[in-house]
Parts: sequence; structure tokens; C-alpha cells
Amino acid sequence: MAGKFQGIDFYDVDSLLSEEERMIRDTVREWVEERVMPIIGKAYIDRRFPKELIPELGEMGMLGPTLPEEYGCAGLNNVAYGLICQELERGDSGIRSFASVQGALVMYPLLTFGSDEHKQEWLPKLATGEKIGCFGLSEPDYGSNPGGMITTAKKTDDGWLLNGVKMWITNGSMADVAIIWAQTGEIGDTDAIRGFVVPTDVDGFTARDQKGKLSLLASDTSELHLEDIHLPDSALLPESGGLKSPLMCLTQARFGITFGAVGAAMACFDEARSYSKQRLMFGKPIGGKQIQQIRLADMLTSITQAQLLCLQLAKLKDAGTMTPQQVSLAKRANVNMACDIAREARRLLGANGILVEYHSMRHMANLESVYTYEGTHDIHGLILGQAVTGIAAY
Amino acid sequence: MEYVSLDIIVCLKRVPDTETRVRFSDGATAIEPEGVKYIVSPYDEFALEAALRTTEAGEEGQVTVMTLGNEDSQETLRVALAAGADQAVLLRVQGSVTMDGLATAKALAAELETREDQLVLFGVKAADDDQQQVGPMVATLLGRPCASNVTSFEVNGGVIRCNRGVEGGTEVVEMDLPAVVTLTKGAFELRYPSLKGIMAAKRKPLDVKDADLPASRLVVQRLDYPPERAEGRILGEGAEAVPELVRLLRDEANVL
Repeated sequence: MAGKFQGIDFYDVDSLLSEEERMIRDTVREWVEERVMPIIGKAYIDRRFPKELIPELGEMGMLGPTLPEEYGCAGLNNVAYGLICQELERGDSGIRSFASVQGALVMYPLLTFGSDEHKQEWLPKLATGEKIGCFGLSEPDYGSNPGGMITTAKKTDDGWLLNGVKMWITNGSMADVAIIWAQTGEIGDTDAIRGFVVPTDVDGFTARDQKGKLSLLASDTSELHLEDIHLPDSALLPESGGLKSPLMCLTQARFGITFGAVGAAMACFDEARSYSKQRLMFGKPIGGKQIQQIRLADMLTSITQAQLLCLQLAKLKDAGTMTPQQVSLAKRANVNMACDIAREARRLLGANGILVEYHSMRHMANLESVYTYEGTHDIHGLILGQAVTGIAAY
Repeated sequence: MEYVSLDIIVCLKRVPDTETRVRFSDGATAIEPEGVKYIVSPYDEFALEAALRTTEAGEEGQVTVMTLGNEDSQETLRVALAAGADQAVLLRVQGSVTMDGLATAKALAAELETREDQLVLFGVKAADDDQQQVGPMVATLLGRPCASNVTSFEVNGGVIRCNRGVEGGTEVVEMDLPAVVTLTKGAFELRYPSLKGIMAAKRKPLDVKDADLPASRLVVQRLDYPPERAEGRILGEGAEAVPELVRLLRDEANVL
């Protein structure tokens, strides 16, 4: 088994980080080592999100860490936020997904599109983890094309009537509050899509655990059924307007994923390297064989490239000049890199690689979801295609 | 109950991460610092947590952390500030710290003499050299009572009541403040610093002073690596192997 995880830093990327950023990264790394690593394999096999981690995630400030201090958050920059995602996903994509959804897909829209009442009511409790949130955009037939959604919010005399089904909802079954995106006008009118703050204990709200998953097993993935839910006027996110609003949230979450993928890849590389030095075959460590050395060299190269890519992305985000297309490039490249590395690491581990005692196959399975959610690999390719040709292909 | 404002100072040592594989330098008399990750000595972490909990439990007062070391030790103090200490003092030395416990104790005591902290906390020993000298020596130099190997304590008015780990049980002692306490593993596992705390640490005061460190009268002659661990032996399987295992534990390992 690998020793204490030290991260990968072949290019002295640490020298590009501030002392605080390094300290935050190291603190989260240690927390993951002590709290997540001992339990994650069992939680995965038991198909259970380890809820017991939530209070400490909150206490330490890992939920919505970039939000302002007035709501109990840490007010961190995006480099620090990215490094938190990296370390959480080093543990498991499910843990990072939980934090991403809570911070980028629930707290961020409440802060950006919510009323003062929404912010006061929800943000402090979401920051501590006392309350849990989820984000409902995708539908059974509208994933890559959310603008076509058929969940509707019809205006009534005293509020809104919500109907529809949302799918692939992380945190869905355990959430106290859902940010639901619904069509308020004609189907297909992307300008009429609005966000709603829906407490999950309202009549007509049902969450069903997604059965049969072979990926993200240590994560709550659910389907939300919204049947004639009556909402007051105050449930509307007043500043939300059109499909652009949920896409802004996704840009936040995807940004975290670009770092998270690096964390998962580092975990796999670290495990593979350590195993290659210990595992003897034909009387020698397999790390002394050319095929494994090339494998490790390729992994190291890809991780280093990905590390620099997302760090520069974070610096652009902190400077306020980051574009969604730049996030698409990094999400697509880094997650694809992590998928390759997880698979190669698993292969290097031989038969042991299929066991849950090792981490690479768990990451490999998780990363197939990460490859697919928050904009599939292919859709991000088309976004980039459009960016360089000016022609939309979807 | 008599009200006192309780200022606590925690003396910390910067030590190599206990998981580090160290290399020797200077003719095997010192540890090569290059490539070593440094941490707050784990026993000192217990002392820090004890201080933080005591002030949080309603005793009004400041928690100061202090270390004797080179400029790099500022990083160690920032870790303690991030965890919640209010301020820090670095007693700066040039080069490496001494192995002479009395010299260290004198330098610390000279600074403590100038301060009014009612409680001075140490880890029972440093995780790197295990000498267990400095805390009790500081108490002696200051002429204050000292309880060592303490697992937990409570402060009430001007009195500290300590639970000491002794062979096979606990001994409860009381001392009037000001006093010195050295902590061991027990009730005080250091919290994770909050991310907000990390950001705040930079803004907290960190006072750097040149240490008044007497010359060392203890000279390290040589360091040796621990012997290679012998390969494990498999005695057999299941219940049949137990008698032989018990015999070896008794006769060979002398642990029974």
C-alpha cells in the first residue's frame, strides 16, 4: 500500500502558490488522509455517501469557500478553491461532487440570483453543512440540451405551480433545499427558464435514489419528481433570467472539476508508482521494467500539464477574465487525462487493481461519470469547435 | 470563584514530519534539512489544543505560541496561528537549534520572565529528540510548579487541576498558577485549522526576537539509522500456531 500521499509536483508548481494556498491545500490533504481514506473503500462498497464527514467539511470551511465571510464562508480565492477540489477528489469524486454541488450549484446561485431573504435563510446553514442542497437542471430527455427542458413553472394567483422530473441529481435524496430550473414560458424558450428555491419537504416533492449505478457509488444520485408543487412568489430566484443563469452555475462547478480531476489522477499515479516499486515479478520490482516506466512517465507528463492548465485557469478566474470556453477546454482535457491515468494505473496494478483496497479502479469508475456530467466530453469539444470556427455544431 | 484573566503560552518545536525518512549530514551528526517536511511536534499540538479549549471554555485570555528556531520556524508558528492562537513569538537563532536542553530552557525562560502568562504549556517531549527536558527545566528556572505527562486539565480561578498519566492509572494534582504543564496524548487532539483561520493567520502578530541562547554543552557525536527490520516469520496457520507464538513472544521477544 502507498505511504502518506504527498502530491505530485514535478515542475515546482508549489512555487506559483502563496503560503496560504499551500497551507490550505496541505490542511485539506491531511483531512482527506485521516478522515476519508480510512472509510472510503467501505462506503463505496456499501454504496453510501459518508454523511458523517459533512459537519467537518462545514466547520473547516470547505462548503462554498469562495463566498463572502458575512455568510460564514471563508472568502477564498479560486486557486485555493481549486486546490480544495483537487484534494477532495484525491479521496473520491463523490466527496468532491458533494462539495461542488453544495458550493457551486446551490450556494453560488443563491448568492448570485437570490433575494436577501434567500441568502440569509440558507447560506449560513449551507456553509456549516447543517443544511444540504441539490441542483435540478438535467431531465431524462434533456441532458446536453437543457434548454429543451419540459419541467414547467406556471404562474398562479399567489405564486407558482411546478411540475416535472429532474434526473442525475447529486445530493437529491438527502437535500433540504433544491434549486430547480423550470420553464416559465413556451417549451424551448430558453429566455424564460428561471430558478426556484424549493424546500424538499413541500407537498409534491419526491426524491428517488438512482438504482443500479456502477460509478460514484459513494455519492447520492437521485431522481426528483415534482408533482403540482405550489410555491409562493418568494420562491423565485429574482435575478435568474434564462438558460444563461444555470449555465453560469455550471461554469463554477466545472472549474472545480478541472482541479478535481488532477487530484484523482494524482491518487492513481501515486498508487501505481508506489506499487511498481514494491511488486516483484521475475525477481525484480515491476517499476524497473521499461513498460511500466513509460506508463509512469506518461502519467507524470499528463498530470504536470493538467496541473499547470488549471492553475492558470484559476488565475484567470481570480483576475475576472476567465471565459466559459476556457473552462470547457480544461474540463475536457483534465477529466480525459484522469480517465486515462486511472485506467493505466489499474492495469499496472495487475489483478490487485480490481480490488477496493486499491483506489485506482474506484477512481476509474467514478471518472466515467465525471467525464459525462457537467457537460460531456463531446459537448465541451463542440463548444471549443464553435469558439474557433464561429459555427455551432449542436 | 475568583475571576482571573488567563493568558497561556504554548512552547512549540518544529520537527521533521514523523513519516519523513531522514538523511544525515555533517558527518552523521545532524539531519539533512533539504527535502524534509516539518511539522509542529505532535505532543506540542496537544498543548496547543489544551490552550485553545481552555480559553474557549470561558477563561478570558490570550493564547501565545512561541518557538526557538531559525527563520523557517515562522511557518510552524503560522500553522499554530491558523489553528487559533492569537499571537506568536519567534526566538530566532542562526543555524540549527541546540540539542542541549538546558541551553534551550534558559533561552525560553529568559523570554518568559518578561511576560505575564499564568500558564506555560509544553508537549511532554519533542517528537524528534525525545529528551523530555525543556518543560521541567523551564519550570525550575522560573521557580514555578510543574506537572508533567498530563493528559487533561481544568483551570478554576487561580488553580489548575491536572490528570497525569502514571503507570496503570491516573494521578490528579493541583497547582496554584502561575505554573508549567507538559502534555501527552490524552484529551487534546489538535483540531484542523479552518480555512478562514488559515487566511487570518497572516494578519496575526508574529514577533521575531533574537534568542539569548547559551552555548551548547552537549555535543552530538553520531547518529545511527535504526537497524533494518528483519523479515517476518510465519509460524503456521490457525490455532496450532498459537503455542509456538506464545513461546516466542515470551522467550524471544520478552513481551509477555
